[in-house]
Amino acid sequence: MSIRNVISFLGQQRLWAFFCLIIPIVSQAAVNGETRTITISLTEEPPQLNSMKATDQVSIFVLGHLMEGLVRYDRRGRLVPGVAKSWDVQDLDYTFQLRDDARWSDGKPVTAHDFVFSWRNALDPGTASEYAFILYAVKNGEAINKGERPITDLGIHALDDHTLVVTLERPTAYFLKLCAFASYLPVQEDMVRAKGDRYAADAGDFLMNGPFKLEDWVHGASLRMIKNEHYWDRDNIFLNEINADYITSDTRARLNLFLDDKIAYTSLDGDTYKDALANQLRIRSFITGSVFFLEYNHRDGRLTSNLNLRRAIQYAYDADEMVNKVLATPGNLPGISVFPVWLDGVEGKFRDEYPAPKAERNIVRAREYLARAKEELGGDIPPLILLVGDSPTASKQAEYIQGELLNNLGLDIRIDKQIFKQRLAKMTSGDFDIVGAGWGPDFDDIMTFGDLFASWNLNNRGRYNNPDYDQHVRTAMNSVDTLTRMEAMANAQQILFDDAVVLPQYEQGVIYLLHPKLRGVVRRVTGVDPDFTRARILP
Amino acid sequence: MFRYIAKRLLAGVITIWFIATATFFAMHAVPGDPLMNDRAVSDEVRRNLEARYGLDKPLGEQYIIFISNMLRGDFGISFTQQNRRVNDIIREHFPVSAILGILAIIIAALGGILWGALTALYRNRLPDILIMLLVILGISVPGFVFAATGQLALVHVNAIFGVKVLPVAGWGTFSHMLMPALVLGLGTMALLTRLMRTSMIDVMGEDYIRTAHAKGLSKQRIFLRHQLRNAILPVVTVLGPQISAITTGGFVVEYVFAIPGLGRYFVQAVQQLDYTVIMGTTVFYGAFLVLMVILVDILYGFIDPRVRVSA
Amino acid sequence: MNYRAHDLKREDFAPLEKSQLDEVVARPSLSYWQDAWRRFKQNTRAIISMYILIALAVFTLGGPLLWTVDASKQNLNQTSQPPGLAKHALVVSAFERWVLPTDPSRPEYGDLPPEELANPEGLRAAEAPNTQSVRITWRPVAEAGGYNIYRHTRPPTSLQDLGLPLGSIETGNVHGYEDRLNLKQEDYFYSVVTTDGFDEAETYATLQLRPQLAITREHALEQGLSEDPRAGDTVTLAFYPLGTDYLGRDMLARLMEGARVSLFIGVIAPLAFVIFGVAYGGFSGYIGGTIDNILMRLADFVVALPFLLFMILFKIAFGIGPGESGVIPMLVALVLLSWPATARLVRGQVLQIREQGYIDAARLMGASNHYLIARHILPNTMGVVLVTFTFAVPMAIFAEAFLSFIGMGVAPPTPSWGSMCNEGVKTMLSHPHELILPAALISITVLAFNLFGDGLTEALDARMRGRE
Repeated sequence: MSIRNVISFLGQQRLWAFFCLIIPIVSQAAVNGETRTITISLTEEPPQLNSMKATDQVSIFVLGHLMEGLVRYDRRGRLVPGVAKSWDVQDLDYTFQLRDDARWSDGKPVTAHDFVFSWRNALDPGTASEYAFILYAVKNGEAINKGERPITDLGIHALDDHTLVVTLERPTAYFLKLCAFASYLPVQEDMVRAKGDRYAADAGDFLMNGPFKLEDWVHGASLRMIKNEHYWDRDNIFLNEINADYITSDTRARLNLFLDDKIAYTSLDGDTYKDALANQLRIRSFITGSVFFLEYNHRDGRLTSNLNLRRAIQYAYDADEMVNKVLATPGNLPGISVFPVWLDGVEGKFRDEYPAPKAERNIVRAREYLARAKEELGGDIPPLILLVGDSPTASKQAEYIQGELLNNLGLDIRIDKQIFKQRLAKMTSGDFDIVGAGWGPDFDDIMTFGDLFASWNLNNRGRYNNPDYDQHVRTAMNSVDTLTRMEAMANAQQILFDDAVVLPQYEQGVIYLLHPKLRGVVRRVTGVDPDFTRARILP
Repeated sequence: MFRYIAKRLLAGVITIWFIATATFFAMHAVPGDPLMNDRAVSDEVRRNLEARYGLDKPLGEQYIIFISNMLRGDFGISFTQQNRRVNDIIREHFPVSAILGILAIIIAALGGILWGALTALYRNRLPDILIMLLVILGISVPGFVFAATGQLALVHVNAIFGVKVLPVAGWGTFSHMLMPALVLGLGTMALLTRLMRTSMIDVMGEDYIRTAHAKGLSKQRIFLRHQLRNAILPVVTVLGPQISAITTGGFVVEYVFAIPGLGRYFVQAVQQLDYTVIMGTTVFYGAFLVLMVILVDILYGFIDPRVRVSA
Repeated sequence: MNYRAHDLKREDFAPLEKSQLDEVVARPSLSYWQDAWRRFKQNTRAIISMYILIALAVFTLGGPLLWTVDASKQNLNQTSQPPGLAKHALVVSAFERWVLPTDPSRPEYGDLPPEELANPEGLRAAEAPNTQSVRITWRPVAEAGGYNIYRHTRPPTSLQDLGLPLGSIETGNVHGYEDRLNLKQEDYFYSVVTTDGFDEAETYATLQLRPQLAITREHALEQGLSEDPRAGDTVTLAFYPLGTDYLGRDMLARLMEGARVSLFIGVIAPLAFVIFGVAYGGFSGYIGGTIDNILMRLADFVVALPFLLFMILFKIAFGIGPGESGVIPMLVALVLLSWPATARLVRGQVLQIREQGYIDAARLMGASNHYLIARHILPNTMGVVLVTFTFAVPMAIFAEAFLSFIGMGVAPPTPSWGSMCNEGVKTMLSHPHELILPAALISITVLAFNLFGDGLTEALDARMRGRE
C-alpha cells in the first residue's frame, strides 16, 4: 500500500465508524437558516428520559422539547393550554377537555387514559420514582405511594378518551402549575408494557407527544431531535432539527465550540466571559431561580442551635461583598431572603409586596451577639464545622466565610470538604454545624420554597423545628386565597430572619451566549430551560 | 508457551476476583449510597428504591448475587443512567476510550522513543537540554491546561484558515481524534522520552556497542539493531500499565473534547457511588490491565531473548 | 627486569608470601561510593541541581522569616491583583446604599414598541467614581419601561458588543444605577439601553469613566495603613510583590507556605514508594518463578483498585476529621497505592540484567545473592529508577492537590502549590499569575530533581569510570 492509499484508507468514515462503534456526526454549523437546524451542547448525558422518574435538569430539558403535558408555559411565563384545550374547576375537582388533534409520534391520539396510566404508574411503589411526592396533590397519591392503597384509588379518571377528571387531596392553589411538571406528562401504556425496563432507554424506546421527537440518541455523544409532524401546534414550530452534538460540562470547551460556530448557546463563568467580551460577543444574563444559603444545624446540643451565635454570624456577614467580590460575575443577586425575587405575590412580586428584612453588616452588633452566645454556651466557642461540596466554587465561598468569621468574630471555622454522596450522608445524619446548601424551585409557586423549613420536611437538613413556622406553612398550604397564602409566607419570611434559621448567600444568576441569529429562546426558572421549542432563525 | 499463557490467565482470573471483592466491600464501606440525592426522599420511596436495586438484602447476600451475576457476565443496571445496563455502557464507551488511548500511546511511544534517542545522542548538548525543559514543563503543569490550550489553538487555526481544519470537539471521525490523542499522550511521551534517554545512555556504554563500532558497522545499523532494541525494554515495561492508565485516566480530555469515552463514566461513578458501574468498570479495567501485563511479559521474550519470564 | 625462559627456575613458581608491598597504589584508593561522590561533585548538572535545591529550601524555611505576611489573610479590596509595586488608594467612608434617583411624575411603563424608544440623554457619573461603587444617572426616557446597564473595558462597537450585562431596571421612571461588581482601577465604558420592560431599543448611550482605587476608613484602620485615616486622604495599600489570589491573599506568602506541604509530599512520598518499589521489584525479578508471579499479581491487584474510592476509604479509616490536616495518612495512602509502577519497571530491568554476562561472571567468582543485588543489579537499574522518581515528584504534588479537594490533604486555608495551580487553572486567561507562579515553582522543583537524577545516574554508572 502506498502512502496515499494508506491516507485515503484512514480517511474513510466507515472505517472509523467501525472502530468507534459510534455513528460519525456530520459536523454542522451552530445555526442553519435553510435547513432550520440548530446545534447545541448538553452538560451531561440525560440520565433518565422516562418522564415518570426524571428528576434532573438535563433530562427535564430534553423531555420539555419532546413532550407536552396538560398545560405549558409560554414565553412570558404564563400558563397556556397544552394537551388540554380547556378545564374547569369545582372545589377539588378539575375537569380537563383534551384536544382531539394531540397525537403521539406514532400518530395515535393522546388520550385521557395516557394521563391516568402515567400518574398511577409514577406513584406505584414498584416504580420507585424519586419525585412521586410531587403527585401527592392528587387524591390518595401519598397513600398509594406508601403501598397502603391500590393504584386504582388515585383521584384521576378518564370519563372518555378526551375528558379527564382529577380530584385533589386538599385545596392546592398551584395545581395547574404542577401539571406543567415532568412527572405529570402523559405516557403511552402499550409502549411501557412492550419495552419494560428498557422504556426510554433509547430513541426508539418511547413515544413523544411534544413539538419534537427523538430521532437518534448516541449515548454520551449526541441527541438529535427533529420536528414532530404529529404535534398539534406544528405550524408554530419553526425549527426542523435540534442537535445536541456535544456533551461536556467544561465551560471553556463549550465557549471554544461557540467561537468555532459549532453550538448556538453556552453559559459562561468568571474566566470565560472575558474571552467572550474579547471576541465581541453579546453576553446575556439570567436568574436561574435557585437560592444558595448556609444552613445551621438546629439539632439539640449543637453550638449552632444557639440563637445569639447565629445572629452574630448574620451580622458579621455581607452578602453584597460575597456577590461583588467573591462570585464576581454579573447576574447573581445578594441573598437576603430564602424567597427569591422572582416569586409571584398577590398582584406583583412577593418580594416587592413583602420586602425581606435585611441585616446590614454591623461588626459591633455582631460582637455583642457573640458575647451573649459565649455567655450562654459557657466560654469560648469551639471550632465550628462548615460542611461543603468538592466543587471549586463551593470551596472558594467556604474559604471566604472562614476568613470573614475569623477576622470579624474570631470564630474558628473548620471546612469539611466532602464528595457528593459523603456530603449527603453527613447532611442526613446531622454531622455538621453549618452546611452550604441551595434550593432550586420545582414549580412556579412560593410553596416550593415555603415548606423548606417545616419540621416534617426531610430537606430541612438542619432539623429546624418551630411550631409557629409550621403553622404559617400549613395555612399557606391549605388555602387557595392568594392574600392569605402570601401573608402566611411573609410571616414565615420574618421568622426565618428573626430566628436566623439560615444565612442567605446569593440568588444564582448565569451569564450566557446565544447565537445572534437565534430568536425566541426562552429562559425560565422552572421547567424547560433554556426552551428552544419556539425559537426562530433570522435570515 | 501455551502452558505459560494458560497459567497466567488463570492467575489473572484470581487477581480479578480479588480486585472485585476488595472493591465491592470498599465501596459499601464508604459512607453514603447511590440512592441518596440532593432532594431527600421519604422512607417509603427509599424502601421502594432499595427493593428495586436489591440493596435491602444483607451485604453478604448482595456479594453472592453480584459474584454469580458477574460470572454470567452481567453487571446489572446503572444507578445514574437508570435505563442502561452496565454491560451496554462498557460496550458502547470502552471502544472509544480504547481507540483514543491506543492512538495516544502510539503518538507517545513514537515521540518518546524518537526524542529519547535524540537526547541520548546529543547528550548534554542543546537538543538534550531543550527537550528536557519541555518534558519538565509537560509534567509540571496540570493536564487540563494542555487540553484547553490545544483546543483554543484549534479555534484560532480554524478562524485563521477560514475552514474547519480540525474539529474543536466531538467524536466520530479520525480528525476528531488527533488533538485529544496528542494531548492525552503528552504525559506518557514525556515519561518515555526520559526513560528512553537513560536506557540509551546505559546501552551506549555496553561492550557490544563498542564491538559493533570496532567491526565497522554503520552508525545507523548500530543504532537500529543494537542500541534501540536493547534500550527499549523499560519503555515496553511501562507501556502495558500506561495503556491501561491512559484508557482509564483520559477523563479530563474526554470532558474537554466532549468525547463519549468510558473514563468519565468511571470517574462519575465513584463520585456518585454508582455501585453497579463502579463494579463493572473496575472489573473490566482490571481484566484489561491483566491482559496488557501478560502481553508485555510475552513481548519481553521477543525483544530480548535473554529474558526468561516463564522461568 | 627482563625475564628469559631459560632463566626460570622451579622456585619462581612457588607462591609469594602475602604482602601489602607488592602492589603500590600511588593515589588514594577510592571505593565505588567515594568515586561516585567524586564524579557527582564534578557534574555540572548535579551542581546546578544542588543550588536549586538549596534555594528552594531557603525559600521554604527562611522565606517566612523575612516575609512575615499571613498567608491566609484575605483582602477583598485587592483580589486577583497581578504582581507589581504598592498602590495608592483614596480613603472613603463606609459604604451606604444609594437610593436610586426616581422621577415619580413619570409612569413606570409606556406604550411605545421598543424600536421607537429614545436613547437615554445626559448619561453621567452621579458622584466621583471609585472602586467601592460607581453611580451613574441619566435623564429618564419618555415611555420607557426600564433600562439595561452594561459595562465594557473598551469602547463598544455595536449593540452586540456592549460588554457585561450588569443588571436591568424594570421601571421606566428610575434613572440611575449603582455598580459595585468587582471594580478595578481601569477604564470602563458604561452603556445604557432603554427597554419597554422586556425588549431593548436599538440604540444605546455610553459613558467612559475610570474609578479611583478606594479603601474604606475601617479597612484602612484595620490593615494599619494609617493612624487616623480620613475620607479624602490617600494611603499606600498593602504591598503584594507577587500579587494576590482570588480572595486577595498574598501570593508570595502562600507560595512559601505551600512549599512546605508540596515539597514534603513531593519528595517524601515518591522517595518512599520508589524505595519500596525497588526492593519489591528487585526481589521479585531476581527470585523469579512462582514467587515472582505471585508478587507481580499483587502489583496488578493494587494498580487495578479504583484510586479515588480507596482514598475516600483511607480517609475514613484514618479518621481524619473536618479541617484536620491529613498529610501523614495521605502519605501512607499514596505509598500504598503508588508503588507498583516502580516495582514493575525495576523487575523488568532486573530480568534483563540478571542474564548479563557480568552477573554470571560474578556468580562464578562466588558472589552471594546479596552482593549481586546490591552491587551489580540495583546500581544498574538506578537510571530508570531515578527517572520514575523525578516523574513521581509532580505526580505526588498534584495528587496532594486532588486529595485536598476531597478533604484529605491539607485543610483550607493552608495552601499548597498543587491546589494553587488547580485554582489558577480556572482563571488562567484572566489572571495568569495565579497559575504561572505555582506552576513555575513546581517546574523548578522538578527540574532540580531531573538534573539531580541525571547527575546521580552518571556518577553511579560504573561504566562511566573509565571514560572521562
